[in-house]
Amino acid sequence: MPVLSRAEVFLDAWYDLRDIGNAVGELQQQIIDWGAPDWVPYVVASLIGVVSILLWTILSVLAFIWIERRVVGLMQNRIGPNRVGAAGLLQPVADALKLLFKEAITTTNADRWLFWIAPIAIFIPTIVVFAVIPFGEEMLLADLNVGVLFLIAIASINTMAVFMAGWSSNNKYALLGSMRTIAMLISYEIIQVLALLGAVLFVGSMQLTAIVQWQLDYDVWLIALQPVAVVAYIISGAVEMNRSPMDIAEAESEIVAGYHTEYGGIKFGFFYQAEYLAGFAITAVIVTLYMGGYTLFGLEQWIPGWLIFLGKLYTTFFIFIWFRGTLPRLRIDQLMAFAWKFLLPIVLVNVVLVGGEMLLWQEADLSSQVAIPLFVAVNLAYAVAAVAGWAVMLGHAAPERTAHRAILTREVGSIHFGEAAPNV
Amino acid sequence: MEDTGTVLAFWLLTIVTIGSALGVAFVRNLIHAVVFLVVSFMGVAGLYITLSADFVAVAQILIYAGAISVLMVFAIVLTPQDERKNAEGFLRLPALALAMLVAATLIFVAVDNGWAIADRPGFEETASLIGESLLDKYVLPFEIASVLLLVAMLGAIVLVRPEGAEDDE
Repeated sequence: MPVLSRAEVFLDAWYDLRDIGNAVGELQQQIIDWGAPDWVPYVVASLIGVVSILLWTILSVLAFIWIERRVVGLMQNRIGPNRVGAAGLLQPVADALKLLFKEAITTTNADRWLFWIAPIAIFIPTIVVFAVIPFGEEMLLADLNVGVLFLIAIASINTMAVFMAGWSSNNKYALLGSMRTIAMLISYEIIQVLALLGAVLFVGSMQLTAIVQWQLDYDVWLIALQPVAVVAYIISGAVEMNRSPMDIAEAESEIVAGYHTEYGGIKFGFFYQAEYLAGFAITAVIVTLYMGGYTLFGLEQWIPGWLIFLGKLYTTFFIFIWFRGTLPRLRIDQLMAFAWKFLLPIVLVNVVLVGGEMLLWQEADLSSQVAIPLFVAVNLAYAVAAVAGWAVMLGHAAPERTAHRAILTREVGSIHFGEAAPNV
Repeated sequence: MEDTGTVLAFWLLTIVTIGSALGVAFVRNLIHAVVFLVVSFMGVAGLYITLSADFVAVAQILIYAGAISVLMVFAIVLTPQDERKNAEGFLRLPALALAMLVAATLIFVAVDNGWAIADRPGFEETASLIGESLLDKYVLPFEIASVLLLVAMLGAIVLVRPEGAEDDE
């Protein structure tokens, strides 16, 4: 037996690391060899999956609380948490401990049962979503035929949970916040479905592994074929996870903290965690459906698939942090009008376009070398034309160029830019 | 109904479904009743999964647990508190008679039916089959249903439109 060089040993170890998903498979085989009944390996494998997903989500959330606060701090020209631990690294741990030990107050007139169930009801769906996300080649909990639909269905349960929280608090701000959330979620759910429909139409399957495999087979990410849908999905995702440009459900300046105004302690912790998890879920869907999941143009032969997936996930999640750091909050009517008047027509036409392209692909019997670059060009052109054109048509007027003399109005004591001071 | 897992799941789901359905009927608080209804819908979705009808199960969660329940919540929240306490109204006896009639029909069908056990295996993928039959064999009912929904939507808009609103334009 030849002596392995150092590089070869390194590559071997690296390959084993890559096979972290297969390790569970080997364990299953081992259990079967021991002569255990049929159901034991399934239970063991799902337990491993559930526990690892839970651990991963908790660790990621803790890490990203720190990252987000530091990054937003940098964006807003301040420092952010930097006292607890090195560079404030232990701040999220301290916050989590504080939330754990705080008294979980239930207000006197609250609907006790719903008040207690709501945080759990909001937390469970957000974590169940990860069951269908393929983290790596062999690393997913449930390979559903209707994976994409499952994602949407599970997300839709959140609506009810948010209402439960807002209604049971017996607080007008909480109720207003939950009503806003419901209006928002229902409107943007349509956008979400139509956006995902494009990808499903291209692949011809709702199975998430099939969608990843399709992107691997044709060597193209669906983000190139579906630019409009990706943008629409990112926006509706930001709505679903209630993050800053779209966080009117908990707009501090208007309705205190929205549906979780009355929550404190670990119950609030559940809401906070669920928000982050919804963020990771949305990003995981974007990565899986539009960015090739755990594949990276052949590089997955060398790098563990789950590492690629997590890299893409965290990079994409950064977009949402960026959103939060830069964009001002929208008003509720602006947000609703944006969904129904702007995004819905664009995404609807996108679905029709994809349908036509798939028909052309099949009927004209094009080879994929011809079809995919053609469709990429067409869809990119449509994306630019639709977004720019529709924005102009909906009244995004060109900014006025004529310079006005600044007039200091003595009565109001302010500066008006115009021809004449207004009558006051 | 072959392996223990399916049987266990069936009984658990049945208990959840029927238990929460009883909750819907007996709870006095309407919002609690809606929450129980959502749980019941999810139990039914689980039963669909044990019948290997994955598409129907997910659609059940999406439409009933996700959307219809919110519709009911809106209906409850928008109804004045006074009009909710009408359990003692004059319609009590007719309602009881009607409910008994429905229950009797259901029980008769359930007892009368032979409950043949399908011997074919579960479908591999139901979504594409449902899609094909909706757009092929049943395309006319499908389209008529969509027109019906459109008419209902327009009707709702007409109903809530204030008198003489078109003069404002």
